[in-house]
Amino acid sequence: MPLLEQYLPLVIFIALSAVIAGALLVAPFLLAFKAPDPEKMSAYECGFNPFNDARMKFDVRFYLVSLLFIVFDLEVAFLFPWAVAFKEAGAFGFWSMMVFLGVLTVGFVYEWRKGALEWD
Amino acid sequence: MSDGWTSAISDFFIAYPLLLAAVKSVLLAVALLIYVAYVILADRKIWAAVQLRRGPNVVGPWGLLQSFADFIKFALKEPVIPDVANKGIFLFAPFIMATLSIAAWAVIPVADGWAVGDINVGILYIFALSSLGVYGVIMGGWASNSKYPFLSALRSAAQMVSYEVSIGFVIITVLLCAGSLNLTDIVNAQDTSYGMAGWYWLRLFPMFIIFFVSALAETNRPPFDLVEAESELVAGFMIEYSATPYVLFMLAEYVAIVTMCALLTILFFGGWLPPIKIAPFTYVPGVIWFILKVSFFFFFFAMVKAFVPRYRYDQLMRLGWKVFLPISLAMVIIVAAVLQFWPAGPAGV
Repeated sequence: MPLLEQYLPLVIFIALSAVIAGALLVAPFLLAFKAPDPEKMSAYECGFNPFNDARMKFDVRFYLVSLLFIVFDLEVAFLFPWAVAFKEAGAFGFWSMMVFLGVLTVGFVYEWRKGALEWD
Repeated sequence: MSDGWTSAISDFFIAYPLLLAAVKSVLLAVALLIYVAYVILADRKIWAAVQLRRGPNVVGPWGLLQSFADFIKFALKEPVIPDVANKGIFLFAPFIMATLSIAAWAVIPVADGWAVGDINVGILYIFALSSLGVYGVIMGGWASNSKYPFLSALRSAAQMVSYEVSIGFVIITVLLCAGSLNLTDIVNAQDTSYGMAGWYWLRLFPMFIIFFVSALAETNRPPFDLVEAESELVAGFMIEYSATPYVLFMLAEYVAIVTMCALLTILFFGGWLPPIKIAPFTYVPGVIWFILKVSFFFFFFAMVKAFVPRYRYDQLMRLGWKVFLPISLAMVIIVAAVLQFWPAGPAGV
């Protein structure tokens, strides 16, 4: 089957799910009774008015986790084609990927020893 | 229906393949949404039964219409958008999350050949869409411009990406054994004469468990529901949402859970294949086996929610990065080595 024909059903299905989600999203704006007042429209903060803006400073660890994620997710992306073509790649493919994984394991051990994975 | 009619209908759809795809899409989406409505009810009923309660039992016989009543109630509720929120992103977040989680079903084969689009990179498509799901949470949490949703969005971003890494490695081990990214091919690769024992859950046993636990974390289910954590973050990134924008988040969450159950079924539990390859089991249509297996896994999702206390955030990150990641990395190497040096062995049958 040509490539485009194979992917057209996907486009149709994605469009259909967007239609379902969109219809649900607008339904209450058309149907529901609305009576806004300032208290109802304020941000939730356990019963008192917010002191300051909510976009505040946060822990640098969250950046660290996303950085680590990019490293390992890219690695997984490298592994996908190798895993599919494993039998065709033969011994050369096997050993070159083992070297790659070995280098990554060294990096992982370094991260661990440096305490990048600690949360306390 | 006579043969003339069936061939006329099949001729018609062969002439208009797009129409066929549209009909398939509508059927799948309707079936999926009805299934999700009952999955939500089952979740509440199982949870109630574990706590010796009755659960919803008023709307319809045994509460069977509860989800539909809830839906109508939410559709008629007043939609509240906070004044300080970024309104466009605020409304876009639930939309994108629900769209992505439903769209993942386009490639899932519910029986042999029953997929809307059986593309050759099916697993990659699902992996990509489930990665994008984190954007809905971040956008919703940030656009609310309120402290609890913001904290929740940060937590969930870190949690979801952490467990995605181990899910990726688990999928790699399955791909090594199956040799294809196509979901139908992965199921067919498990079609051995051993029946249930030939499926990947036994051959790749530790990975099956890791995938199940990572799926819990990836879909923010208890015991990893730190995104919502009602005792500390009230309702997480959903606090400011009401009416159907809230329903869209819940829908996305449950559809994602069912997707994960379907992936467990396809990758480890032989998809639509019967558990034993003898007469009474082989008569049952494949789609029935598929639904039974998905429901079986959902039962475990519901039981875990009822039994297991919530993890602390540092425990959650420790489990993801220090336990699952090394184990799944090692298993990738082990599975590859077994396939390389013992091709007739257990991994390559």
